[in-house]
Amino acid sequence: MIRLLHRWPALLAMLLVLMLSLSGAALSVFPAADRFTAPQESASPSVADLASRIKAEHPGVEQIKRAPSGRITAYWFNGDVAEAATIDPATGKAVASADPNAVQRWLTNLHRSLFLDDSGRIVMALGALAMLVLALSGSLLVARRAGGWRHWFSPLKGPLAGRLHVEIARIAVAGLMLSSATALWMTASTFGLLPDQPAALVMPADVSGNTGVPVATIDFLKATPATSLRELSFPAADDPTDVFTLKTNAGAGFIDQGTGGLLAWKDLTGWERVSETIYMLHTGQGAATLGLILGLLALGVPVMAATGTIIWYAARRGRPRITGNVPLAKAETVVLVGSEGGSTWGFAATLHKALREAGHTVHAAALSSFDPSRLGHAHRVIILAATYGNGDEPSSAKGFLAKLAAMETPPAAQLAVLGFGDSSFPAFCGFAQRIATTAAHKGWTQFLDIATVDRQSPQDFARWGSDLGTLMGLPLDLVHQPVLPAAAPLTLLTRRDYGADVQAPSAILRFSVPKSSLWQRLTGTGFARFEAGDLLGIIPEGSTVPRFYSLASGASDGFIEVVVRRQPGGLCSGQLTMMEPGETAQAFLKSNPAFRIGEGSAPVILIGAGSGIGPLAGFVRANAQSRAMHLFFGMRHAASDFLYGEELVQWHEEGKLTSLVSAASRGKRPHYVQDALCAEAADVLQLIAEGARIMVCGGREMAAGVSETLGHIMAPAGLTPAMLRAEGRYFEDVY
Amino acid sequence: MMKSLLAALALSTALSFPAVAMAKPVTLSATLRDYGGNNAYLAVYVTDQNNNYVGSLWLAGSRTRYFEHLSGWYNATGGDSSQINGITGASVGSGRTLEVTLDLKDALFDAGYKLHIDAAAENMRESPNDVVVPLTAAGAGKPVKGRRYISSFTYKM
Repeated sequence: MIRLLHRWPALLAMLLVLMLSLSGAALSVFPAADRFTAPQESASPSVADLASRIKAEHPGVEQIKRAPSGRITAYWFNGDVAEAATIDPATGKAVASADPNAVQRWLTNLHRSLFLDDSGRIVMALGALAMLVLALSGSLLVARRAGGWRHWFSPLKGPLAGRLHVEIARIAVAGLMLSSATALWMTASTFGLLPDQPAALVMPADVSGNTGVPVATIDFLKATPATSLRELSFPAADDPTDVFTLKTNAGAGFIDQGTGGLLAWKDLTGWERVSETIYMLHTGQGAATLGLILGLLALGVPVMAATGTIIWYAARRGRPRITGNVPLAKAETVVLVGSEGGSTWGFAATLHKALREAGHTVHAAALSSFDPSRLGHAHRVIILAATYGNGDEPSSAKGFLAKLAAMETPPAAQLAVLGFGDSSFPAFCGFAQRIATTAAHKGWTQFLDIATVDRQSPQDFARWGSDLGTLMGLPLDLVHQPVLPAAAPLTLLTRRDYGADVQAPSAILRFSVPKSSLWQRLTGTGFARFEAGDLLGIIPEGSTVPRFYSLASGASDGFIEVVVRRQPGGLCSGQLTMMEPGETAQAFLKSNPAFRIGEGSAPVILIGAGSGIGPLAGFVRANAQSRAMHLFFGMRHAASDFLYGEELVQWHEEGKLTSLVSAASRGKRPHYVQDALCAEAADVLQLIAEGARIMVCGGREMAAGVSETLGHIMAPAGLTPAMLRAEGRYFEDVY
Repeated sequence: MMKSLLAALALSTALSFPAVAMAKPVTLSATLRDYGGNNAYLAVYVTDQNNNYVGSLWLAGSRTRYFEHLSGWYNATGGDSSQINGITGASVGSGRTLEVTLDLKDALFDAGYKLHIDAAAENMRESPNDVVVPLTAAGAGKPVKGRRYISSFTYKM
């Protein structure tokens, strides 16, 4: 919802917001320039001093104005010729032209009204409103992404465009809010919508009727410092009923030109003062430094517009186009999608197309847009839901479970739920399961039992499709081949072989990083960004199905490294372990945010066996800030398959690795990594008590054994691995 | 800009004419100089032989908050917007001409009445009495120079 409130004002009002910010940034220079070029009062004379100096130089003076920059302008008649000049307050002499700056006037009219008077003002005010909405919704998005307002300035991850966008936004957003909110106030004031209109000062009926008091002797002007002056108008010489009119930053009044006495005075109202302050904050007139800062911050807007467009475009491209999407109110079938990376949308598009070709009207939307009261005449609702982390809502399903739980009566339309996930994870299709359970609890009829699709299996999906078709009475042939990211050839740099003597042939393979285009760097596609724990998809020759390997290196290392164990009869691992330096393999990158050590200073317990050490070694290698890391590593024999044996010693000396406990399953005292944990149980428990994060990587059986062992170790403290998982402190990457 | 109004000056209670009130259309035409600023606000009003305000003929400019800068007119009326009900129009651009046709009573001519125009533009000087011209039958059609904003003003009967 907030994302929509951010995206649409941005796309619709982008041109206006760009024009506002660029012209505003240009205008911000003028108050500062004016402040530097205007002759300033050295001492601080009174208005009486200043006016008499000017009067002496220009006897026909009619009006004196003082700008917030300190620039003093006098207007007088020289015979019949109207003249005006900037005045040096020390001498009263004319020192510069008083003509207003034509460029500034042009920019001002563009900035506030597009040269279109009132209609233009309204358009530009809408632009300012869009900017305010963007600033507010953007702030919420940043806070949500960072995990709360306290983490406003936390380090950023992800593609360059996204980081640049947020980096600029979190600095500029306060200035943009100030500029846009004050702009709206000023527009409201101009259109008379605020009670800040200047109160009329009534001309006094009885004046002395005399003329000729020297301005230097008027007490009230002597008591008014020139710095508070706004303007002083002199009376017409030939009209004894005319008066001096004085405006200061406190109010306005009339002074008798015969006696010099104050005839009337009116203070500025509170509203007028507020409006004047807002005018100062917006224009920088009287606050030149603030104006320059706001102008500089406004220059962030074009960059945010460009990066924002890239983010939006990249997200759109990552999602398949659904054609012929019928409006919700007219759809018989509503397909709701909960997707994290976008792959579930691909399945949804296939389903949508098949139903449409069978003559159905279908509406597809993100799960987060679900509203039980607005399902129109839909007969059925089909939910395709991926899982994020341990059964959490994926990004396009935010808020769905809460809405489902708050629903009072179930919709008339019947429900079917299809979960997507990876059966090697403990919470396989956990989110879909929660949806089905909650829906059942709410009494929402499910016309088809919940089904699952494991690792994007086309077979699972087709099977579910035929069940669905049978129930709907139509032949439904769902053929979906997931679209893989474009693969690039990776050249092998080096290989190091281990484990041949212990029947566990493994290799550390290091590839060079292919060059990324600017677009890939901006959108974070290709090999522009990766870290240890992300997945390298390798497409073996003679197959279209990729195999995934956990990365043991990050982009900052400058190479791509994986540990591959040759599986008996394995197509991909066989090819990889046969590669010689200089040869290439087709590969692509898949981000794996579910397996990260995260920020912070909490200690990390790394537990792995065999080739599972890959990502763990990558975490240690990247540990430049010397966070406490404790590695438990299980192998067969230290002499044969001690992967990264030399580096681990070196990393320990560099302070990147705090401790290493290894376990060898062959030899004199065979034991496993679980045994190593048991042996160090007291230390492990201590680390967990200190808030340690646990990262486990290896085979499924080993991970299950580790979980059980850790359960025993934690039990005295009343903790379980499940509790740590729920807290986001226990992660597994298993295969 | 061509406006036509009926009996604009019948509003004034300060005027009591002994003769039958006769009126005829008068066209006011004020051409502005190229003063290089935003559109100008103009106030056109009449005073009697004692310089007392009699009534307003026209006010070019829509926002009451800026009327105070037409200082002669504003001081005479206190900015009272009932003085200009139905006789307002748009502000006038630099170098442009304001032309208004009004029905003015015959009795206003050759009786010591004077027509004033106050002018002001944003961030520029206030110019009360930019034009002050006696209303006479003989003066009709003769251009008068203004002091600051107005290059030429004529009234034609």
